Amino acid sequence: MKIVVDFDLCESNAICMQIAPDLFEVRDDDFLYVLNEEPGEDRREALEECVQRCPKQAITIAE
Amino acid sequence: MTRSSITIVGASLAGLRAAESLRRQEFDGPITLIGDEPHAPYDRPPLSKQFLAGDWDEEKLALTKPEKLADHDLTFRLGTRATAFDLATRRLSLDDGDSLEVDGLLIATGARCRTLPGTEDMEGVFVLRGLDDSLAIRAALDAGPSRVVVVGAGFIGAEVAATARERGLDVTLVEALPQPLGRVLGDEMGAVCADVHREHGVDLRVGVGVDAIEGDDRVERVRLSDGSVIDADAVVVGIGVIPNTEWLEGSGLEIDNGIVCDATCLAAPGVTAAGDVARWPNHRFDEFMRVEHWDNAVEQGGHAAKRLLQSDDEAEPFMPVPWFWSDQYDRKIQLAGRIRPDDDMQIVTGSVEERRFAALYGRAGKFVGVLGFNRPRHVMQYKTLIQQGVSYDEALAAEI
Ligand SMILES: Cc1cc2nc3c(=O)[nH]c(=O)nc-3n(C[C@H](O)[C@H](O)[C@H](O)COP(=O)(O)OP(=O)(O)OC[C@H]3O[C@@H](n4cnc5c(N)ncnc54)[C@H](O)[C@@H]3O)c2cc1C
Ligand code: SF4
Repeated sequence: MKIVVDFDLCESNAICMQIAPDLFEVRDDDFLYVLNEEPGEDRREALEECVQRCPKQAITIAE
Repeated sequence: MTRSSITIVGASLAGLRAAESLRRQEFDGPITLIGDEPHAPYDRPPLSKQFLAGDWDEEKLALTKPEKLADHDLTFRLGTRATAFDLATRRLSLDDGDSLEVDGLLIATGARCRTLPGTEDMEGVFVLRGLDDSLAIRAALDAGPSRVVVVGAGFIGAEVAATARERGLDVTLVEALPQPLGRVLGDEMGAVCADVHREHGVDLRVGVGVDAIEGDDRVERVRLSDGSVIDADAVVVGIGVIPNTEWLEGSGLEIDNGIVCDATCLAAPGVTAAGDVARWPNHRFDEFMRVEHWDNAVEQGGHAAKRLLQSDDEAEPFMPVPWFWSDQYDRKIQLAGRIRPDDDMQIVTGSVEERRFAALYGRAGKFVGVLGFNRPRHVMQYKTLIQQGVSYDEALAAEI
């Protein structure tokens, strides 16, 4: 499972960070950083929630 | 609570996210989504932004991928409208003549635009809610109208005005209130939005109503309450929405500016509602709310879905901090919480002059809202503080 973020769409609103702070972080520079691009299967549910809650549809999961 | 099947009426954002979350809760019975639009679920916010600008195509609007849908084994009945429901017999009637007996029912029929009476069939006059509306307005903008008049400077109207301006068109934005977005943001912050639109060359007219939209078959001009007349060949009306509940009249469900639910999103035993159509008491703010925001449709869809699988004892109240965004020009405006015109307000980061700031709102010592202009991260972090119920002073002192 690989996290792909379309940074042209992402507006750094940190919604994904609230759901999965171990995977996403919006830093003081207002950019989003993916902390772990290839998380284990145990994070799939949280990641799917991030995909659904991202208002810009910027996150996808590549299998 | 075990359910043999779940039927969802309204196959858009709240309905789809509800179905997806049912599968995530490991509900493996049949799920049927009934939607009157012919399109597979698509996202609405870009309809006044990237899609209207012509930068995006239809494919980009999809709310989910076909493989995902197949994975979730959902049955879609698109192009099909629910015409009635009877709570006593649990029978749902459809416009193709069919009727179904439902076990769990989730209602997510959203809202539709208010129109100006007498203009519904006039060519060149539009409202904006669905894909077909956006396509029609986009075609009208492509045709290079001499002037676009936008009636109503709420979020949709303000975004359409911004998009049309960015396409180089002459735009007049008409608002009956003293400031654009005034109903939500209050006059002081509404005035900042007014400046942003004027700086971008919008002819903004506030405090005036529309007396008439005139023309034979096609719109030709808009007559305002101050006596002025604006020639226009495209008019977009953005004067708010009405929840889609007419089909539930006589159903046995309580309807009052939306489907009335309890604090857990339950409208009746085995019936829940979510998204723009649902009204429920949000205990966090001691207020009955109906929220017309994207994020609420997603979150409430999930909550209402889960509620259908829970017993009354397990059910939890739905207490979100409402949050929305609006993109106008290069400004990202975001608001979290519930603010009122007479709340205390203080800017904590940036400044109005830079058009980049966060403003915090307090009421009776409680921290109730945050407004951001190009401060998405701050808004989300302050939203967490609202969730935690901190005092206004604590919020002002917080280091974010
Ligand atoms: C142009 C536009 C821009 C927006 N921009 C933003 C934004 O920037 N930020 C933000 O937070 N929010 C925005 N929103 C609001 C957001 O899109 C809505 O809050 C969200 O779509 C609500 O989802 P919903 O599923 O509750 O309702 P809807 O999206 O309205 O879906 C309801 C569905 O049910 C169908 N339906 C209705 N009656 C029946 C029936 N009897 N039988 C079967 N089907 C029926 C409807 O046709 C529709 O497909 C925007 C909305 C629009 C229109
Ligand atoms: S939720 Fe989406 S838009 Fe927001 S920071 Fe994450 S990826 Fe970016």
